[in-house]
Amino acid sequence: MASIELRNIRKAFGAVEVIKGVDLEVRKGEFMVFVGPSGCGKSTLLRLISGLEDITSGEMLFDGKVVNALAPSKRGIAMVFQSYALYPHMTVYENMAFGLTLEKGHSKDEIQKRVEKAADMLQIRQYLDRLPKQLSGGQRQRVAIGRAITRDPKVFLFDEPLSNLDAALRVATRIEIAKLHESMDNVTMVYVTHDQVEAMTLADRICVLRDGLVEQVGTPMELYEHPNSVFVAGFIGSPKMNFISGEKAKAFNADTVGIRGEHINIVPGNGTWTGTVIHTENLGADSYVYLEMGTEEPVVVRLDGANNYKSGDTVHIAPMPDKVHRFDAAGKPIR
Amino acid sequence: MTTDTLAPPVTVTVPKIKSELMQQRVRAARWFLLPMLLALAVVAGWPLLRSIYFSFTDASLTDLYGAEWIGFGNYLRWTTLESGVTRYRGLLVDPAWWNAVWNTLRFAATSVFFEAILGMIVALVLNAEFRGRSIVRAAILIPWAIPTIVSAKMWSWMLNDQFGILNDLGLRLGLLSQKVAWTATAETAMQAVLIVDIWKTTPFMALLILAGLQMVPRDIYEAADLDGVHPVKQFFRITLPLVRPALMVAIIFRLLDALRIFDLIYVLTPNSTATKTMSVLARENLFDFDKFAYGSAMSTLLFLIIAVLTMLYIWLGKVRFDGGDR
Repeated sequence: MASIELRNIRKAFGAVEVIKGVDLEVRKGEFMVFVGPSGCGKSTLLRLISGLEDITSGEMLFDGKVVNALAPSKRGIAMVFQSYALYPHMTVYENMAFGLTLEKGHSKDEIQKRVEKAADMLQIRQYLDRLPKQLSGGQRQRVAIGRAITRDPKVFLFDEPLSNLDAALRVATRIEIAKLHESMDNVTMVYVTHDQVEAMTLADRICVLRDGLVEQVGTPMELYEHPNSVFVAGFIGSPKMNFISGEKAKAFNADTVGIRGEHINIVPGNGTWTGTVIHTENLGADSYVYLEMGTEEPVVVRLDGANNYKSGDTVHIAPMPDKVHRFDAAGKPIR
Repeated sequence: MTTDTLAPPVTVTVPKIKSELMQQRVRAARWFLLPMLLALAVVAGWPLLRSIYFSFTDASLTDLYGAEWIGFGNYLRWTTLESGVTRYRGLLVDPAWWNAVWNTLRFAATSVFFEAILGMIVALVLNAEFRGRSIVRAAILIPWAIPTIVSAKMWSWMLNDQFGILNDLGLRLGLLSQKVAWTATAETAMQAVLIVDIWKTTPFMALLILAGLQMVPRDIYEAADLDGVHPVKQFFRITLPLVRPALMVAIIFRLLDALRIFDLIYVLTPNSTATKTMSVLARENLFDFDKFAYGSAMSTLLFLIIAVLTMLYIWLGKVRFDGGDR
């Protein structure tokens, strides 16, 4: 169990500064997710925590001790890579046991017990004699996770572990990782993803990064309900939050008004706004109606169940008053 | 997780009934192979068969077409004298031949051994990221790009006992007490040849190994760093097993080359029994001594020795030419 503290961390590759001063605390036993668009520095930040990259300036503390110069293997961490990074010439068992066999002070029996325990947790015991190439992508990723578990780490790092899996497998593995977090409640986990759904479903707290800076840190619901900026509001939640600016926003005393599709009602008449249906998507359980009403992007309304709106229909809509997000010209919320 | 299925084991199944497309492909493949097979038969197959045939005759350069079949006489024949003593003659009891065999094997083993090690070191250096890497990569290839005759002549001057730069340097630095005739002295002739050959072909080895090294994914080294694997252990436990297929193929290429070494020795140390190899000896008999049949027998044995060594190497080393198991 470890807490991680980042104090004004900066990282530059040559003249390019990728991390521009990050202050962050990851609490003991917490599942922290770094999320952000590509190029925001989330993977770099994870690699700084792992020690695979050197910190340019600032301080990194594990349990209150500065670890800036500490070798990765001495930080008590384990990492799961996007590409699995399994040793291709070693069996699953050897892959999982490799780190331990080279460390002094582990008996053969102990190593075997630890490998088998991890293999049982991930249901990969029947594959222990196989080579990575004989496994499917999902199985490989579970071996990579198993290798990390075997190290019995204080901190577990995930670098986009689901990106190389297909959609169905991604959901299944996501659930496994969530279960893993529940069963290893004394392990701090840091998880990097560009997928806000993964962030929302897995995280105890989410750290939204943008251009090498922390945009907002909070629980998934905090971010969903009280986004700190237009950027976070647009990044968290699916479908994306609708942004309405100009005259329509002035009526709300704001530069930009944000409202999520699920917080808009279609009303028979006398709505706040009027729009023309340009497209509908029926997903079965819910459906989306895209409206043209003079905004930059069409406004999306999320409805329960199927709907019968057709392109060209004119509809009146009303946002739920307590769900309207108002932002000023700088993109900051007006509260 | 029931959705993911086991990757199927790799098996090659030959469909019993070939589809039209399949037949068409097989036909096309045969046509594409034909020119190569024809060329091989003309430039390799026929000369080889002719050499083997001549080795069983009494052919001489002056009378190639009047050669008569004498069976195994060039390899081994014996006469029993009146005194009852049996005298054996022929290639298999020729000390000059066995000296050449020993020279060749010694040369091949030593040169390939050092080339493999040096080539690996050079490849590891070239595989690292540093400024000017592409220039160094090109520069390192230069010894290999120079024609052997040229580099042999160049080295023969550098090794020259009177005017050579190596003797000069050695004397000035106090490493030598007197000038050494590197290529002419029996004790140093082989070393001289080895040095030049290693200098010349290490780049080739390095390039083949480098190709193998670049197939090794970077991230497994990061995984190893996290596992706390010492860099030396990383090399022996991760890098070496993963470049082994490339290394084995590189070694066999070089081994085949080294076993038929001719030009370097012919230029650098002509007529030195300390360095005379099978190829040099065979050529000498074929053309200089007008013992065409005897030389053909040597060539045939050389062919057999190389074939056996190659098969042994592939079998013992479990070499796979399909790029290994990645």
